[in-house]
Amino acid sequence: MKAPPHPEKGCVDREAFRPHLMDEPLRVVVAKPGLDGHDRGAKVVARALRDAGHEVIYTGLRRSAQQIVETVRDEDARFLGLSSLSGAHSHLFPKVCELLRVEGLTDVIVFGGGIIPEDDREALYQCKIRAIFGPGTPTSEILEFIQTSNAMDDAGVGQSSDWHWA
Amino acid sequence: MDDLIKAALEGDRRSLAKTLSALENRTTNLEHILGLMGEPKPKPDHWQSLAITGAPGVGKSCLLDGLLTVWAESGLRVALLAVDPSSPRTGGALLGDRVRMTVVDHPTLKENVYLRSIATRKASGSVPLIVADMTEFLLALGWDRILIETVGAGQAEVRCAAIADRILVVEGPARGDGVQAEKAGLLELADAVIVNKCDLPGAERHADELRESYGLGLGTPPPVMLTSALHGTGIKPAADMLLGLEASGRSERARWRERLLAHHERLILESPKLDEMLKRLAAGSMTLDDVIESIGAEKNE
Repeated sequence: MKAPPHPEKGCVDREAFRPHLMDEPLRVVVAKPGLDGHDRGAKVVARALRDAGHEVIYTGLRRSAQQIVETVRDEDARFLGLSSLSGAHSHLFPKVCELLRVEGLTDVIVFGGGIIPEDDREALYQCKIRAIFGPGTPTSEILEFIQTSNAMDDAGVGQSSDWHWA
Repeated sequence: MDDLIKAALEGDRRSLAKTLSALENRTTNLEHILGLMGEPKPKPDHWQSLAITGAPGVGKSCLLDGLLTVWAESGLRVALLAVDPSSPRTGGALLGDRVRMTVVDHPTLKENVYLRSIATRKASGSVPLIVADMTEFLLALGWDRILIETVGAGQAEVRCAAIADRILVVEGPARGDGVQAEKAGLLELADAVIVNKCDLPGAERHADELRESYGLGLGTPPPVMLTSALHGTGIKPAADMLLGLEASGRSERARWRERLLAHHERLILESPKLDEMLKRLAAGSMTLDDVIESIGAEKNE
């Protein structure tokens, strides 16, 4: 489903992606692993998800992989969004995914964002990170990803599918 | 579902979290869960649930982090249900109470603490009433005390009285002149008041005004204490005071009034006929009185 443009502003109408009224909102953890302190991107994504009718749990800055995984577990989140702009993504993201699997949180769908060079992405997809969103991504694309992957039953971080958002 | 509840009983945190979601989404109910859990434990003589309320930005989350740390260190197992508002327009929510919580990341204390962020969803007050069921479930699992942090509330927001054994009102310094302390509302129902941010000017004076105001009323005045969550000042004495806090007893009638209203609202919101009745109301084929009567009758069926 492509996002229809907003009638007045000519921008994306986030309400088009709101879950059906009878559905319960999706719970999404937005996390900042590692030591970088740039969270504008994480906040923009959190806001877009909120405006689309989801419940977003923001972790705050500088969380360890262990802390993030425990947050996902205790908050019973369906999605985990990881944001990194420090260059440590190739170390931190796979570590989070591995810990999620160790904890048995295999059906959690993980996506990433920030400054992730093209060359690094394939390895992250191999770890079952289902999407990487760089700067300039329209928020509607992220909402589209959420909707598509939520409808799949094997897109979790410990599940069989090799699918990723392209 | 039943396997999930059993795993939660054995201490599995993920099953606990999933059962809370099921309660919140109404895919299971408290009666069913408690039925699986065996004999209920006898009620202890201290409080089991404490609501923490107060205006936005007075430092409720920060203060709670301090209190939770003290209690977890003493071996108590404490769960915090932190409520943030859902958008009335889209139904979405940004739940940010974790940002200020350091105790959930503490390598040894984290086992004694459970934090769950909750959105108000369709609820009309500062606390969705399903939180009462979540509290019962956590107590049945063996958590010692349950804290309920409400949405940053205004003067007239007293719904939390309906679901918690005790109410802690958190205030900040320089919150208006002495007349503010005399106004009716939330402060009347408080079992204890903490004036946070006492490192800033005006805190002592505000605490004095509150004490003076309570002194003019009947009954035992609630304790009024000063803390600075930022600097850790006064946290330990406040934590000790709160653990043994008695009900003020000044406002039993008012509390039961809130509980009654809350119960009534819940009957309406959870009625399977709600959708149909809203349609009929909109179509003019039913009056408000008819609806209330019909929902009352449903309870008796």
